Amino acid sequence: MSHWIMAPLLLPLAAGMVNLLLVKKGIGAQRMVSLAAVAGLLPVAILLLQLAGGGEFGVYRLGNWPAPFGIILVLDRLSALLLLLTAALALPVIFYAAGGDDLIGRNFHVLFPLQVFGINGAFLTGDLFNLFVFFEIMLIASYSLAVYGGGPDRIRASLHYVVLNLIGSSLFLVAIGTLYSVTGTLNMADLAEKTAAAAPEQAALLRISSLLLLVVFALKAAVLPLHLWLPALYSSVSAPVAALFAIMTKVGVYAILRTFTLIFPAGIVSPDIIAWLPPLALLTLIGGALGVLGSRRLTALTAYLVVMSVGMLLTGVGLMSVAGIGAALYYLPHTTLTTAGMFLLADVIAGQRGPAGDWFLPAPPVPWVLPGVLFFVGAVAAAGMPPLSGFIGKLLLLQAVSPDAAGWLWPVVITGSLAGLVALSRAGTRLFWRTEGKTFSRPRPSLTRVAPVVVLLAMSVVLTIFAAPICRYAEATAAQLLTPQDYIAAVLQKERTP
Amino acid sequence: MEVLASLVIAVLFAGGIYLVLRARTFQVALGLSMLSYAVNLFLFFSGGLVTGAPPLAGGAAATADPLPQALVLTAIVIGFGMIAFVVALALRARGELDNDHVDGRGGKR
Repeated sequence: MSHWIMAPLLLPLAAGMVNLLLVKKGIGAQRMVSLAAVAGLLPVAILLLQLAGGGEFGVYRLGNWPAPFGIILVLDRLSALLLLLTAALALPVIFYAAGGDDLIGRNFHVLFPLQVFGINGAFLTGDLFNLFVFFEIMLIASYSLAVYGGGPDRIRASLHYVVLNLIGSSLFLVAIGTLYSVTGTLNMADLAEKTAAAAPEQAALLRISSLLLLVVFALKAAVLPLHLWLPALYSSVSAPVAALFAIMTKVGVYAILRTFTLIFPAGIVSPDIIAWLPPLALLTLIGGALGVLGSRRLTALTAYLVVMSVGMLLTGVGLMSVAGIGAALYYLPHTTLTTAGMFLLADVIAGQRGPAGDWFLPAPPVPWVLPGVLFFVGAVAAAGMPPLSGFIGKLLLLQAVSPDAAGWLWPVVITGSLAGLVALSRAGTRLFWRTEGKTFSRPRPSLTRVAPVVVLLAMSVVLTIFAAPICRYAEATAAQLLTPQDYIAAVLQKERTP
Repeated sequence: MEVLASLVIAVLFAGGIYLVLRARTFQVALGLSMLSYAVNLFLFFSGGLVTGAPPLAGGAAATADPLPQALVLTAIVIGFGMIAFVVALALRARGELDNDHVDGRGGKR
């Protein structure tokens, strides 16, 4: 199989290590290396998307060990889509950071590629223990990026984040140990076979481990009772870090999607676990909507938009149908890129308003029309208004709901969207129209600061224009996820028996 | 032996959970390291308890499962690094927030 599957791991890893050697050379060389590595990810991700798009599985066996024994990477439609999303997100964000945010602390260009490495690895690995390892790589880079720049707010929010995630990691290991003691394997495809053939007396242990995994991934994804770390963290970290973190909750969503379609499909061990997801997702949506309405600054509002988007995504995933997962997979790139763009935009706006920053307080007017225009586009996209892609995603999701569930699912989703719309229009009014005092004489932000925001928000327009092919791809991905037999056969090199 | 091993893990978990729920960062860091000890033991025992048997030996002799040993090595390294990070972060928080409460707000002087 193609060696390109290793490239999304090797490129950022090499960039992080080279940048560690370049510490004494100064920031210019480091910027070039990480920009080149992240830019290189984009063509690689497009190539992998073409490889996986036909429905083939790319199985990369490190050291050529046969499947249940060695370390494997598996490329399918879902991981290819998420790799492309990561590359498309990371490139504008690192470009933005190179405009000055990488100077407020040390080693930004070491940590950033390493976090991308962890994220890519989590999407590619076909082994549960390696999923844990890549989670930890992603997390330790994110811990350092979270405190990047220092300051009491960042330290306080990071302390909660780190402690919570360490407890989550412990639970993850307990789940892995339980699964291993029952099945004797940690290869996801092999696990899927073993859980399907599990004896009834093993069902209780498998159930425990599947619930523990759900808790761990729900913590990463910020599902309602476990979401409290997110708004404080995302609103206190520096702007490019918050924008990159927009994809971290999606790693949790990915892990839930992968685990509960492949290892614990409904009906075998856990007939009712997946039924928990839609109610939890709707509660997350409500919690996020309340937070959006109550926010007093733009970054906090955007952080609650991230919580809301997790609710939307898990509603789709919880339906466990081609239409539901397909809608979630169309919505996922949209919401990641839009919220990342809003985090960067909040920083640009804050720089123009003087001491008031991005708080909804009367402040000197923003002396420039572009931030307002961008905010309008971002708000339309994030609130899910027509004509942009958020509307299409929500429409697909509402269509995917079966008629008997529509009675309680539709009102929550629609009311949540309304709350987002109200809050975003209030935020725009407060930020741009309720002004006081003279215009703050600040230099306009340079092109390197504004261009990444434009690119990220323009991707919503691209997602709208190319909605039909992207939807087809998302539905093909969902269909592939819901027939895990092909995945198992490809990984374990078995003849597929139809 | 299984009962003793389970009891050890249970006591470590109980102590770890109690300490993690405390208000001060030092106790939380201790609790996290106790939790990681408990988890490491749990992982190590998940291959079954075997005494005096070599890993990876061929033939009919009883063998110990080598995989949990590899897993637990990885988990120990990762856990150790994370605990070190928490301690460093807790010290930084003590300096920046002027108190050692986890929520950063207690004990204003």
